Amino acid sequence: MTDQLAQDVSANGDVADATNHDILERNPELEGLGNYAFGWSDKNAASDNARRGLSEEVVRDISAKKNEPQWMLDMRLKGLKYFDRKPMPTWGADLSGIDFDNIKYFVRSTEKQATTWEELPDDIRNTYEKLGIPEAERNRLVGGVTAQYESEVVYHQIREDLEEKGVIFTDTDTGLREYPEIFQEYFATMIPVGDNKFASLNTAVWSGGSFVYVPPGVHVDIPLQAYFRINTENMGQFERTLIIADEGSYVHYIEGCTAPIYTSDSLHSAVVEIVVKKNARVRYTTIQNWSNNVYNLVTKRAIAHEGATMEWVDGNIGSKVTMKYPAVYLVGEHAKGETLSVAFAGEGQHQDTGSKMVHIAPNTQSSIISKSVARGGGRAAYRGLVQIREGATHSANTVRCDALLVDNISRSDTYPYVDVREDDVSMGHEATVSKVSEEQLFYLQSRGMPEDEAMAMIVRGFIEPIAKELPMEYALELNRLIELQMEGAVG
Amino acid sequence: MSTLEIKDLHVSIETEQGVKPILKGVSLTINTGETHAIMGPNGSGKSTLAATIAGHPRYTVDSGSITLDGENVLEMTVDQRARAGLFLAMQYPVEIPGVTMTNFLRTAKTAIDGEAPKLRTWTKDVKAAMAQLRIEPEFAERNVNEGFSGGEKKRHEILQLELLKPKFAILDETDSGLDVDALKVVSEGVNRSIEDGGLGTLLITHYTRILRYIKPQFVHVFVDGSIAEQGGPELADRLEDEGYDRYQVAESATA
Repeated sequence: MTDQLAQDVSANGDVADATNHDILERNPELEGLGNYAFGWSDKNAASDNARRGLSEEVVRDISAKKNEPQWMLDMRLKGLKYFDRKPMPTWGADLSGIDFDNIKYFVRSTEKQATTWEELPDDIRNTYEKLGIPEAERNRLVGGVTAQYESEVVYHQIREDLEEKGVIFTDTDTGLREYPEIFQEYFATMIPVGDNKFASLNTAVWSGGSFVYVPPGVHVDIPLQAYFRINTENMGQFERTLIIADEGSYVHYIEGCTAPIYTSDSLHSAVVEIVVKKNARVRYTTIQNWSNNVYNLVTKRAIAHEGATMEWVDGNIGSKVTMKYPAVYLVGEHAKGETLSVAFAGEGQHQDTGSKMVHIAPNTQSSIISKSVARGGGRAAYRGLVQIREGATHSANTVRCDALLVDNISRSDTYPYVDVREDDVSMGHEATVSKVSEEQLFYLQSRGMPEDEAMAMIVRGFIEPIAKELPMEYALELNRLIELQMEGAVG
Repeated sequence: MSTLEIKDLHVSIETEQGVKPILKGVSLTINTGETHAIMGPNGSGKSTLAATIAGHPRYTVDSGSITLDGENVLEMTVDQRARAGLFLAMQYPVEIPGVTMTNFLRTAKTAIDGEAPKLRTWTKDVKAAMAQLRIEPEFAERNVNEGFSGGEKKRHEILQLELLKPKFAILDETDSGLDVDALKVVSEGVNRSIEDGGLGTLLITHYTRILRYIKPQFVHVFVDGSIAEQGGPELADRLEDEGYDRYQVAESATA
C-alpha cells in the first residue's frame, strides 16, 4: 500500500510538507498528499479493464448486468436520449473540461455485497477503515451504513431494531429488486428523466445509491449513513438515492464522499429524490469532500406534503467544480423547507451551490442559509431560486447568504432569483460579503496563534452557525477539513 | 529576571498623504516586576509604541531596536512575540464571530504554552479568574467580544493576561471608558499578575486615574513621538495637577 501510495504521490508531483493533524498521526502513510488527506487509491483490476465512453450498448449492458425489469431499461434508454439531446448548461461553472468519452461509466469492484467488513477485499476494507466508517458503526453512532465503492454498494448493514420496525435501508439496486411496488411508485417522479442534462445522464447509467423507507410514525433516532468512494481515475459515479418518509416519521440521512487525487478528472453525477409525507420530517446531510479533480454535478429534490419538514444540510468542501442546488417542493399546507449550505472554495475550485424552494401550497415556509468561504483564487457562488406559485398564499421565505473572502485573489458571487405570484406573502433577503480583517488576525496572533491557525479559527467561527447543526462527530470532521484546507493558506 | 529593551525606535505609518513618522527615537528599558506608566496627550504616539512592540503590520520600524533578553523582537512574527512572553491588552479588542471565549482561551493557552492545558485545572483556573474579575460565568459561551460592552471587553483582556501569564504586558489605555468600579476590578487583576507573576508592565494612559490603583515606579511623558520627561510617581502627581499644557507650550515655543 505504502509503495503504491508513494508512486501515486510522485506521479502527481504533489509532495507537500508533513502536517501534524490527527488523521496524519493515525495514518502516517498519508503524509505528503498535501492538504487533501483522502487522496490515496487502491489497485483494482476491475477498473483497469473497464470500458470508457457512453453508448446505448453501455446502457443496455449495465441494465443486463443488474437483471433489471424492462421498464427500467426503457427509462434508462430514454434518459440517454435526453442526455444526448440536451445542451451543456453554460449558466454556471465551466464544464468544458468534462470528457464524456474518457469516463468509465460502470465499474464492479466486488461480486457480492458484504454484510461484514471482513468479507470485503483487504484494500477496500482498509480504505473504509482509514475513513473511519466501521469505527462509527462499532461505536453505534449510526443506525445503518451503506458504503459505495465505484459503481456499487459493497457493504451494507442496518441495526436490527430498525429493521424490525420495518425501516428499509439498502442500496438502490436491491431496492428495485426487492421492493418493486414502492420503488416504481416514486422513482423518477420528483426528478423526471428529462429534468436536466445530468439528471438524464444519471437516469441512463445510474448504479448504487441508497433506498430508504421509513414506515408511518417511526422515528429513526440516530442517523443512517452512506459513504461514497471513487477509487478509479476517470471514474463516473452515478448513484441514485430514493428516500420515502411515511406519515409522521423521522429520519436523518448523512452522506460523505471522497476520492483519490489524480491528474485527470472524474465525474460524480448523483440524483437524490425524497418524499416527505404528511407530518414527517427528513434531514439530509452531506459532507462532500471529493478530491480536486472531481466534477460534482448533483440534482437533489424533495417533496414536502402537508405539515412535513424537509431539511438539507449541504457541506461542499472538496471537488473541482460543484453545481448543486437542493430543492424542496412545498406541496402540502404548512409544509416547511430549510437549507443550510456551507461551501469552501480553495485554489482551483469552483463551488456553485445554493438551494431552490418552490411554494405551491398555502401557508408554507422556507428558509435558506448559505455560508461560503473562498481562498487561494477559488470561486464560491450562491445561486438560489425562491418561487411562490399562484395559490401559495400566506407563505414565507427568508434567504440569508454570507460570503467570506480570505484573500484578495478569490471571488464570491450571489445570484438570488425570486419569482412571486401571490401578494400576501412574506419574503426576506440578506446578503453580506466580508473579508478576514487584519485586526482579527492580529488579535488572534497576538494571543500566540500562528497565522494559519488564526485564519482557520476565523473561518470556523464564520461557519459555526451551520456546524452546530451537525451531529458532533460531523461538526468535528467539518472543522478538521476546514483546517486542512486552510493549511498553507497564508504566506 | 527578563528585560524588554527599546532603543532609539523610529516608527512610521502609510497614510493617504504619504509616509508619516510617528515615533521619533524612543528608548525605554523594562524589567520584569517593574511597572512603567507612559502618559501623554492624544496623538503623541503612545498606542503606536504598544502596537509596534506587539508587531501590528500597519507600523513600519524605520530604525532602532526592540529586544527581549537580547533576542531581536522585530524579527519575530506577531504570534512568536506572544509566545516569547509579550502581551498586548488592546484598546479596541475586535469581535470574532462564532468563536466562543472558552474555545478562544483554551486555544490561546495551548499556543502560548506549546501544549494543551490539563483540562480539570484549566477549567478551574478560568472559573476562578472570571469570578475575580466579576465576569458572569455565561460569558464563557459567548463569542469573543461579540456584543460586549466597553467595560466587558477590557475585563476580558485582563482575564487573558491573568490566564496566559506573559512576562511583559502592555496595557493600551485599558482604563479608557471604564467606570470606577470596573477600573478597580481591572486594576486588581493587573496587580495580581504583578505580585504573583512578577509581570513587567507598560501602562499606557491618558489619565492619571488608573495610577491610584496601579502604582508605577517609573513615569514617562510622551509628546510628539518621543519621551519629553521621565521620573518617578511624583511626575504623575504633577501631571494630575497641571495636565499636558506645559509640554505643548514648550513644543510650540521651540517650533
